[in-house]
Amino acid sequence: MRSSAHVVRAELVGLAGVVERNVYLVRRYIWWDLAFFVWTVANALTIVFIAEGVEAAGGQIDLERTITILLIGAVIWAYLGDIFEVLTETVAWERWEGTIEYTFMAPLARSMHLGGMGLFAVAYALVRAVLLFWVVAFFFDVDMPQANYTAALVVLAVASVSFVGIGMMTAVLPLISPEKGTQLGFIAQGILLVVSGVYYPVSVLPEWMQWLATISPATYALEGVRAAILEGDGLAELRDELWPLVVIGVVSVPLGLEVFRRGERHAKRTGKLKRSG
Amino acid sequence: MTTAVEVRDLRKEFVTRGGRRLRRRRVPALRGVSFTIAQGECVAILGQNGSGKSTLVRLLSTLLLAEGGTAEIFGHDVFRDPRAVRRLVNRVSVEAAFFKKMSSAENLAYAARFYGMTPRETGPRIPEILERVGFPAERRREPMENLSRGMQQKVALARALLTSPVLLLLDEPTTGLDPRSKLEVQEFIRELRRTHDATILLCTHDLVEAELLADRVGILDRGELLCLESTEALKRRFDASTLEEAFLASTGRVFEDDPEEEDDTS
Ligand SMILES: Nc1ncnc2c1ncn2[C@@H]1O[C@H](COP(=O)(O)OP(=O)(O)OP(=O)(O)O)[C@@H](O)[C@H]1O
Ligand SMILES: [Mg+2]
Repeated sequence: MRSSAHVVRAELVGLAGVVERNVYLVRRYIWWDLAFFVWTVANALTIVFIAEGVEAAGGQIDLERTITILLIGAVIWAYLGDIFEVLTETVAWERWEGTIEYTFMAPLARSMHLGGMGLFAVAYALVRAVLLFWVVAFFFDVDMPQANYTAALVVLAVASVSFVGIGMMTAVLPLISPEKGTQLGFIAQGILLVVSGVYYPVSVLPEWMQWLATISPATYALEGVRAAILEGDGLAELRDELWPLVVIGVVSVPLGLEVFRRGERHAKRTGKLKRSG
Repeated sequence: MTTAVEVRDLRKEFVTRGGRRLRRRRVPALRGVSFTIAQGECVAILGQNGSGKSTLVRLLSTLLLAEGGTAEIFGHDVFRDPRAVRRLVNRVSVEAAFFKKMSSAENLAYAARFYGMTPRETGPRIPEILERVGFPAERRREPMENLSRGMQQKVALARALLTSPVLLLLDEPTTGLDPRSKLEVQEFIRELRRTHDATILLCTHDLVEAELLADRVGILDRGELLCLESTEALKRRFDASTLEEAFLASTGRVFEDDPEEEDDTS
């Protein structure tokens, strides 16, 4: 019988393989990635310029503060989008390449497989988010001397656990609906962000949406990052944002795995992994 | 004698929408298939298109769940203990599926990692194994998309062998290969049996290949396994002088209606 150390090692080898394969693919499609980044920057700019537009139209706002709020919203929108996209590709990309059956018949535990995708997703999204913040901030004359970037990154890292858990749930969609599942992932992303106060305070939302905001990890991520950058809050002051993130993270990862397992079982019963051959 | 594969009354249905008014229909793909394969044996399954060969292979690969019946591989229940089965099995299917932008060496190293093998372990074995399946090892760093279909198929064979499976499921492994490559792959499969004691389930449309490689040949007809025996016994059973004649006789139907089961669950 194989020792448990042996088994753990085998699983980690597989997890590292998932990360490595994604790195290869990013390198091979690097031009596509750059083009997508340009799109993300343009998208973020259209939003952050709204602050300048409001002022030009005679609105009374704290311009720098509004710019920063919108910038953080745009960056987190992109961050979440990147994480969901990578995780949704767990199935969607492999189905397109045709490798899905080989991946799903391998002995690697699904938790390690998805864990590897999650790990890569967070690293990939983080690099892009930092670049995006930096590039877009460059277009505006904002000064953030008090910003606590370390605390902001810690909030984002803790929130990422929940994002990955929810991403696992969206990753299952292409398994259940091969043709349209990826689009459903975008819907999940949009709903999550609209209730979380991405460009506005949650208090402006209708009551039922505010209720959804309290269980959305993006709410606490946005509040925490904003407090860290605008107010310079440290981790001690951010505990009201951090503890809900930890709780949601602890719940959402096992839930995400279970949802994915059920989706996988459904696909195996109905023959949706693959048809031809 | 150890039993490698034991399949009892295996049943699989698919629900599809088709026909007039797009009704939901249950299409039986396997209707109570039973057989055993001994360790080290090579069994070939013949059958017309749509007879259920790939469905059988997918069930044994833990890629589908059955509606009924059992399947065990070296004593492990395929449906209850899939992870134990996955370590023992690998598969080559008709279409070679790879990450097309990655090279064959990268694809192989990646696939092996899912079986717990590090690049350091697979590094020296990859060129060796590619050489053995007749793939020009010096092209192993080229992206897969630049390789011909036959070459990709050889890489697919290498991928399956790299993890040293004790049960190899080959679903039309030589379809689309040129005659020389076909012979090379067939020769390789024979060598594999001599040297590695591998058990093989081979689905094929190539009757010569079946006769050449298999100890026993089975005929699957619309989801039913009609027989599974040596080619000699098959020929005797259908009073045929060649395997082709036996195959045609076994599946020969004259103007029979397809008993498609319609149901109105939708
Ligand atoms: N995933 C699926 N969804 C719906 N129907 C399926 C699926 N897979 C197989 N079928 C149906 O099950 C039956 C058996 O198909 P299968 O692919 O096993 O045949 P096969 O013997 O491998 O054929 P071929 O020689 O063409 O490869 C066919 O009627 C097919 O349409
Ligand atoms: Mg087939």
